[in-house]
Amino acid sequence: MNRVLPVLCVLAVVIAVWFAASVPMNWSQAQALADDDATWTDIAEATQSLSRPLLPTPAQVAGEMVTTLVGYPVTSPRSLLHHALVTAWESALGLAISLAAGIALAVGIVYVRTLDRTLMPWLVASQAIPVLAIAPMVVVVLGNIGVTGVLPKALIAGWLSFFPITTGMVKGLRSSDVMQRDLLHTYSATKLQAFTKLRWPASMAFLFPAMKVAAPLALVGAIVAELPTGAQAGLGARLLTGSYYGLTLQIWAALLMAALLAVLAIGLVDAAQALLVRSRGGRL
Amino acid sequence: MRAVAPEAPAWPDTTVLPGAAAPPDESPVGETVIAARDLGVTFAAGGHETVALTGVDLTIRKGEFVSLIGPSGCGKTTLLRLIADLTQATSGSLTVNGTTPAEARQQRAYGYVFQAPALYPWRNVERNVMLPLEVMGLPRAERQQRAARVLDLVGLGEFRRRFPWQLSGGMQQRASIARALSFEPRLLLMDEPFGALDEITRDGLTLHLHQLWRRTGLTAVFVTHSVLEAVFLSTRIVVMSSRPGRVVAVINSRLPRERDLDVRETPQFLAVAHEVRVALREGHEDG
Repeated sequence: MNRVLPVLCVLAVVIAVWFAASVPMNWSQAQALADDDATWTDIAEATQSLSRPLLPTPAQVAGEMVTTLVGYPVTSPRSLLHHALVTAWESALGLAISLAAGIALAVGIVYVRTLDRTLMPWLVASQAIPVLAIAPMVVVVLGNIGVTGVLPKALIAGWLSFFPITTGMVKGLRSSDVMQRDLLHTYSATKLQAFTKLRWPASMAFLFPAMKVAAPLALVGAIVAELPTGAQAGLGARLLTGSYYGLTLQIWAALLMAALLAVLAIGLVDAAQALLVRSRGGRL
Repeated sequence: MRAVAPEAPAWPDTTVLPGAAAPPDESPVGETVIAARDLGVTFAAGGHETVALTGVDLTIRKGEFVSLIGPSGCGKTTLLRLIADLTQATSGSLTVNGTTPAEARQQRAYGYVFQAPALYPWRNVERNVMLPLEVMGLPRAERQQRAARVLDLVGLGEFRRRFPWQLSGGMQQRASIARALSFEPRLLLMDEPFGALDEITRDGLTLHLHQLWRRTGLTAVFVTHSVLEAVFLSTRIVVMSSRPGRVVAVINSRLPRERDLDVRETPQFLAVAHEVRVALREGHEDG
């Protein structure tokens, strides 16, 4: 309970400030729509229930989320849950790709000296390229060779999130000290045994913090990949249609849903870490 | 009145590693385990050379407990690492169990105890002790049996499921010794294993080690910078000095084979310790 309480306090303050801000932000629109004999109170009340507000109130956003989450069947394109699941699936796939690629690259960098010297600059450069600019080109090229649907978005999500995993794993694989390695040498352990018994377990302490960085990045990558490509489904697509039709409530609901997905993603990584910690007697 | 350290367990009389000979009463004159002839190591680093070790002639026989003592930089750890095939010699010859150190390492002829426990923190004590057995591919049941036996031998039986960070430094080092003994090597190589511990714990562990050696008939090579430890534990003491690292004197210990901590106050002990100190000083003055 004393872990949840501070979070709830901060949340309460944020919601209070948000409510308070929605009055002045929506004032001019409410005033324009009001009758000539409206009082300040009437206009203030009106700011809380505009149909296309500049800053929707928390109540409005919550209401929109509830309606679109449960009010439509999951298969319907009007359902927020449908879009959330699509984006969640794309980012999960992207994270899986970045895990596989990140770990493979880290193993290569640690074990092959040429890769150690030559690969890192390329990896850094790959992160410096603005993904938002490249994403439409990537999707079009992939579409031309027949790769459509979820995979291009997963690939872009993977692109954004593999770097923290690579650097974390490189550090982790190198984190064992000389004595621990010499010990295995005295047992004539093979390189594979040294990997599975020493380097891999030692790197777990670095992999999980890296995944906490990579998981929300994969989510961002999936949403960003949906934006420029005219995708039909997903939270990015929802943001696009919302902005196209001027549906601010829809935009805000999609944004909040994305934030909740990020919290869920990190929560899942935390849960996995807790399982590992338990098997290690209480410490990572 | 016997001095008993806080951690000393009651030794169960039946706990003897299988295959160990009954401990003999006299100093054994057994087969040669380690033979070094004119052994030398020169490290070349950054343009200039460091002579870590030069002209070492040493023979260690089965069942002996040999201490290597000297100031830092005298090459005692280097000599131990040469025996363990963790470093390669640049001149002279060295045989372990009649073959090269590399071959002896492949045959898992020795257990090595480092200055720090070097336990893996993600494994509990039992699984740490089973590590060499896993590397050797023993089946699970046998691994657990051997681990239980050797943990009882060092008195850590009830701490099997604890993790290294839950143990004191002395207990961690005991676990490290147990790990080195888990596959029952005939040779035990130890590099200042008690260096990081306080004196009371050291006393207890030194006594343990001595009793272990008597029970199992192991051959032991023990690097230390403590004269008391060297004289208490050893049948022979090799005094070394630095710049360049070399052997200055080899002193036979005339103490009885069975010892307890009180022997440290007997005149024979003090005489041997005096000889060691004289040799150390001479080595220091020459170098």
